[in-house]
Amino acid sequence: MNRKRVATTSLAGCFGCHMSLLDIDEQLISWIEQVDFDRSPFTDKKQFTTECDLGIVEGGCCNEDNVHVLRDFRRHCKVLVAVGECAITGGLPVMRNAIMHSDDPLRDCLEEAYNSSPVVFNPQQHIPNDPALPLLLDRVYTCHEVVKIDYQIPGCPPSAQVIWRILDALLHGREPKIDHAMIRYD
Amino acid sequence: MTAPPRTFTFHVDGKVVSANSGQTIMDACDQAGIYIPRLCDVEGLVPQGSCRVCTVKVDGFTVAACTHPAQANQWVEHATAEIEMYRRDLVLMLFHEGNHLCPCCEASGRCELQAMAYRLGISQDQQYPYLQPTRPLDTSHPDIALDNNRCILCGRCIRASRDIDKKNIFEYVGRGINKRIGVNGDSLADTDAEIDDYAMDRGVCPVGCIIRKYEGFFAPYGERQFDKAPIGHDIENQSQPDQLNTEPCKEGDS
Repeated sequence: MNRKRVATTSLAGCFGCHMSLLDIDEQLISWIEQVDFDRSPFTDKKQFTTECDLGIVEGGCCNEDNVHVLRDFRRHCKVLVAVGECAITGGLPVMRNAIMHSDDPLRDCLEEAYNSSPVVFNPQQHIPNDPALPLLLDRVYTCHEVVKIDYQIPGCPPSAQVIWRILDALLHGREPKIDHAMIRYD
Repeated sequence: MTAPPRTFTFHVDGKVVSANSGQTIMDACDQAGIYIPRLCDVEGLVPQGSCRVCTVKVDGFTVAACTHPAQANQWVEHATAEIEMYRRDLVLMLFHEGNHLCPCCEASGRCELQAMAYRLGISQDQQYPYLQPTRPLDTSHPDIALDNNRCILCGRCIRASRDIDKKNIFEYVGRGINKRIGVNGDSLADTDAEIDDYAMDRGVCPVGCIIRKYEGFFAPYGERQFDKAPIGHDIENQSQPDQLNTEPCKEGDS
């Protein structure tokens, strides 16, 4: 089998799905002969070097950088897999979309997080606004609202076994299938 | 003096199932150890046939198995590819209509909607947009909170409060996409709702809409209701289901 190139990224996620990927443990060793990692936190590469066979995306899109990275992944990856609830449904970050009865929900969210919350000490009432920080989007978007996603692996995080079965099938050109009993959303 | 129940047989996916007159298709199938998926129907409440997850085909027409009476010699299609597709789509649309964020919901693991999606094998849900409603929470009551964003409009709380508690606390309000559950007052604190009401029982609300305060996450991961066995497991694995199936028919047998 030709060596496959795999890229991974974490957008608006907690890196839990990457931890679950590492949880595959010794089975990952069988990939040494078959897989090269391109752009990924595992390799610390920040840009794609070439086209990849498989892209693994964790987390949804909460800022403009997430959208750029996700579109870059779609351009460079033949098959794109959304891993985890944040990528599929928006997960915990999407709870900010439920801010109610407000004309300016994003400002209300920042006010609550940095000023008005009873557990915050912020005497200057300063909300982080450095130009280096990516701009927040009006709401949190799921991955498939932004680009076409080929496969989804639900779970928070998905178990190492489920990730392994689906990714291994995709790397070997098989249609991935998991038992109903292995599907989990939490 | 009432006449003894008439017993007859009908066919579910080619399997012979016996039923008594007055029983619904779902009752007869439950007795025979055949689990028909359901969300709005629950033991102890009058069936209302609103969620349509129990859809079966009877002689070519789709009906709700929880309200449709079983009749002698009828042919019922239950686990066919077409019916399974209808059920999957119905459950999938419920997920997209409300805010069903399992990782941060205290009902996760005992939620019937979640368990139904597991059972129906929903993992690639990309065909509908998420509506992400922003309905207000009602946390006014000291012991109970309501999160209408998780409600699937099964109406179980309405029937439990009306028929068992005799309080009429809940009712449907609005129409179409704006339909939701309302309470009999400005907020739940203005009603005579109590934590011991049957409507507030954990078995009544199938999702995490009715929240019993101070009890969240009472069961650890791995020991929750649907962690060990899928929904419907108890019906499919009840004792001696085969004996009921093979019982000789007394009347109406062709």
